[in-house]
Amino acid sequence: MKIQRLKPSQGLNKIENIMTESSIPVPRRGVPIWIQIIIWAFLVGLLAIVAVGLKRAQEGTVQPGAKIEDFTFNLFQGYEHNGQSQIKLSDLRGKVVVVNFWASWCKPCEQEAAELEAAWKEYESAGQVVFIGADYVDTPNEANVYLKKFGITYPNGEDRDLQHERPLSQYFRIKGVPETYFIDKNGVLQYVQIGPFSSIDQIRAQIDPLLK
Amino acid sequence: MGSSRITFYALLLTLILAGLWTGPAFAQGPTPTDNDVNRIAKQLYCPVCESTPLDVCPTEACRQWRELIRTMLADGKSEAEIKQYFVEHYGARVLAEPPNRLVTYLVPAVAILLGAFILFRGFQLWLKPSTTEAGTVEQEPKALQDPYVARLEEELKNRK
Amino acid sequence: MVANFGYGVLVITFFVTLYSAFAAIYGERKQIPAMVESARRAMLLTWPLLTLAAGVLIYLLINNHYEVQFVYEVTSRSMPTYLKVTSWWGGQAGSLLFWSWLMSAFASLVTLRKWDRDREFLPWVIVVACVTMAFFIGMTVFFENPFAQLFQTTAGVAAHTFQPVNSILFTPEDGRGLNPLLRHPGMIIHPPMLYLGFVSFVIPYAFAIAALITGRTDDRWIRVTRRWTLWAWLFLSCGLVLGSRWAYDVLGWGGFWGWDPVEIAAFMPWLTGTAFLHSVMIQEKRGLLKHWNMLLIILTYALVIFGTFLTRSGVLSSVHAFAQSAIGPLFFGFIGLTLFTSVALLLYRWSSLKSETEMTSLLSREALFLLNNLLFMSILVVCFWGVIFPLTSELFTGQKVTVGPPFYEHATAPLFAALMLVMGIAPLSAWGHSTVKTLSRAIWKPTVAAVIVTAVIFATYTQNVGALIGFFLVALVILVTIYEYWRGAYARQKGQGENIFTAIWTLTGRNRRRYGGYIIHISMMLMAIGILGIEIFQVETQGRIGVGESLNLSNYTITYRELASWDDAPKGVNYTRAVVDVSRNGVYLGELHPRKDYFYDSQQAMTIPGERATLRDDLYVLLIDWEPASTTGATFKIFVNPLVNWLWLGSLLFLAGVIIAAWPEKEMERVAVPVKNPIQQQTSAAD
Repeated sequence: MKIQRLKPSQGLNKIENIMTESSIPVPRRGVPIWIQIIIWAFLVGLLAIVAVGLKRAQEGTVQPGAKIEDFTFNLFQGYEHNGQSQIKLSDLRGKVVVVNFWASWCKPCEQEAAELEAAWKEYESAGQVVFIGADYVDTPNEANVYLKKFGITYPNGEDRDLQHERPLSQYFRIKGVPETYFIDKNGVLQYVQIGPFSSIDQIRAQIDPLLK
Repeated sequence: MGSSRITFYALLLTLILAGLWTGPAFAQGPTPTDNDVNRIAKQLYCPVCESTPLDVCPTEACRQWRELIRTMLADGKSEAEIKQYFVEHYGARVLAEPPNRLVTYLVPAVAILLGAFILFRGFQLWLKPSTTEAGTVEQEPKALQDPYVARLEEELKNRK
Repeated sequence: MVANFGYGVLVITFFVTLYSAFAAIYGERKQIPAMVESARRAMLLTWPLLTLAAGVLIYLLINNHYEVQFVYEVTSRSMPTYLKVTSWWGGQAGSLLFWSWLMSAFASLVTLRKWDRDREFLPWVIVVACVTMAFFIGMTVFFENPFAQLFQTTAGVAAHTFQPVNSILFTPEDGRGLNPLLRHPGMIIHPPMLYLGFVSFVIPYAFAIAALITGRTDDRWIRVTRRWTLWAWLFLSCGLVLGSRWAYDVLGWGGFWGWDPVEIAAFMPWLTGTAFLHSVMIQEKRGLLKHWNMLLIILTYALVIFGTFLTRSGVLSSVHAFAQSAIGPLFFGFIGLTLFTSVALLLYRWSSLKSETEMTSLLSREALFLLNNLLFMSILVVCFWGVIFPLTSELFTGQKVTVGPPFYEHATAPLFAALMLVMGIAPLSAWGHSTVKTLSRAIWKPTVAAVIVTAVIFATYTQNVGALIGFFLVALVILVTIYEYWRGAYARQKGQGENIFTAIWTLTGRNRRRYGGYIIHISMMLMAIGILGIEIFQVETQGRIGVGESLNLSNYTITYRELASWDDAPKGVNYTRAVVDVSRNGVYLGELHPRKDYFYDSQQAMTIPGERATLRDDLYVLLIDWEPASTTGATFKIFVNPLVNWLWLGSLLFLAGVIIAAWPEKEMERVAVPVKNPIQQQTSAAD
């Protein structure tokens, strides 16, 4: 009988083989391929989900150059546009659209409220520019108080897109209030203002180039 | 002790109600107390702040929402209606639990049961059929240490 | 100047860690012990270097160097010196450096030990430690530089590592100041504790990887890291408890755990870490559960990095989260890399992790430990799913949802209850062979006693079914543990003739791991009493009252006495403090001072409760500012939290238990014996 020097691990394996021979056979060489595939698929899927979540967290608001999707926007009572209490973005093709996100609990919004209304008054008669105010996550009473306080006359409504059944702010991926989005005559986003305007000149500076 | 306590509480209630009587007169019922508002606000999350329940959130916005709850309660709205209103206007994220509870609870339950099942099957594959052979259980560990015995056993087996 | 020096030190350290990792691999592959030794020395160099860098940063923090961006963001002139030092970990960049510093300290400690018996592990332990360090230091060097300075160019003021052309150094007058929530003693020690726990789990992981790579998958790697695992677990547990205590004292919502995603991110490695701590005992004693141990330590490491990632990447919304930055994708890449490598290694070595013995009975101690692992993993699955669900929901339905406490509480309660049951049964189960009969013989006495205790509670305290089940399980575990203790001490008493107290002392001293563990179990049950009390029986009320008026809750009455408001200019705080009288059942108990601290620099307020703590309950009074407080009326919120102080009491006992369990046993004394007949020694040829 040839005496073979076994390494300890080898000897153990051999004994295990003998011991388990009488019982139900268990996989001996590594993990079966199909189990490995499942494990890797699961890990990859998990990481994919986290990756997408990460990408979402990293991306900012909708950026200039993007074509803005059509939305249908309900107006508050007392506000109307062209005799209707709803605004559809596609109806406004050929005009400059300014969408301003605000809230009554937002202190910086108050800084620009007067400027926005004054700017609206300037452009209203020519009919080439439409101002839309979207009230972000607000309470109806306080929103009313805010609008009356600053005498806002341009169309205002709750932040909701009825066409896609989602908040308008979700589509624009706003990061806070106030934010203002300038959309040109062809429906393409041209400029994003994060934070309040400090003067009416700033507003004019964004609208005038788009009117040409 | 009994009747003076009742008087005390009645006075206290009047005082509390008087303290809360700040806004215009409500058409129906007494002003809901802070506790009434909190009972509902506790189940909601601030739509703007991160992971903060509505009853503890200190911001101006949350204050407005709590007052909104108070108004709605005074109008006679039920708890379910108020929650519904919040979900409609601010999204499902204001609820403390996802609306689709089935998926939320089902997935971990299935995963756990699956894991338990796999383990149990693996255990069955291991389990020695006889549990009364205490003698053999003790002999085997000794045999483990001697590779020559194993070699011998193998040779003997092959001879059979 | 000084800041640039600090940055230079960081850059050098980065290259040192890279060199160390490569030298270790090269030395191991080419069998050059000198290279491995060089790698080891390089690793030892990292701690002095990082201490230097940290020292520079602390110097900058203390001395108001606001031209350094990090200093500007986390300190201000109104902060006291000790807070400026602790703001080192109060911001993203500084906390990464802190992480790296701790990692280098532990890596150095590991490389200083005797390596005679485990020479083959050394290179791979160095590689794992250095790769982790290189990652964290690399992030500070390339992305989150704590030494970046503010420069003014034509475009404005921005932070840069190197001075841009045509710019001048910009030095703000004052800093933004640390978030007021962080300016609290509890907050000073909670992050370091957590980081200590996280970082020290890297060491057992490094040894596990070394075991997988070298093929030495026996229990050697576990024996070597046994003490590390215990200390890592201690730090992590303390970090969690401290965070809870701080939240309770300072955050002002009457609770200590909000199931916030970031809290859960720190809790998940604790779950796998606890399972790992228990499971390795089975591998040491019976050579079983080897696959489990590898899996658990790999998961712990992955969850540690994942948890660090979650708090910093903006993926989850949370009150804890740091501001989002570019390092999210990097962390993601690192997690993917380490997870894939670890799993691949584990699958490769799967068959060499075969068990040495077999499990013969479902009720044996080994089987109960397996059940233990399964229960911890189940709680982990629940927590992980709860954390990841909002993400997946938004992905597939576009709808944002919140997963809050109700889900976690409902889903984990039965699992924790099952764990407690296992805690009660396992100490009495036997190795190898156990049947229902043998177990019930062992356990019937404590069970009957627990039922009696529960009956008393039912009659005197509460009829709530959930609470009664909880209290029954608590009583069972405590009684079983004390029973075990008593049996051992009694045996000693009878056998050695010692009195009972000496018996207990020597028993614990001789078997520290076991009896320390029992003390820890008892402490956890005390904590469970506190948790059951506050979760099930908490009551609250809120109301606006004028001076002299009262609010009542659960036999307590608080009466509003006075209000004072004053500024503390040097600290930049405005204090609004109310004084309320407390009485219970008509008996006057004292005063409480709830207050609101408003910090001018960060425009944030803290609500500090007035607390009165007894073993029976906690009276917790908050000054709310739903409407501005004045001398005519103020809004107070009162909580009565029954039994909650058992939680903190239990955590103190926990500390004692872990210290006992980790206390080094006395080394066998070496005694010199004179040799009478020296044996002729022949040098053996090959070995």
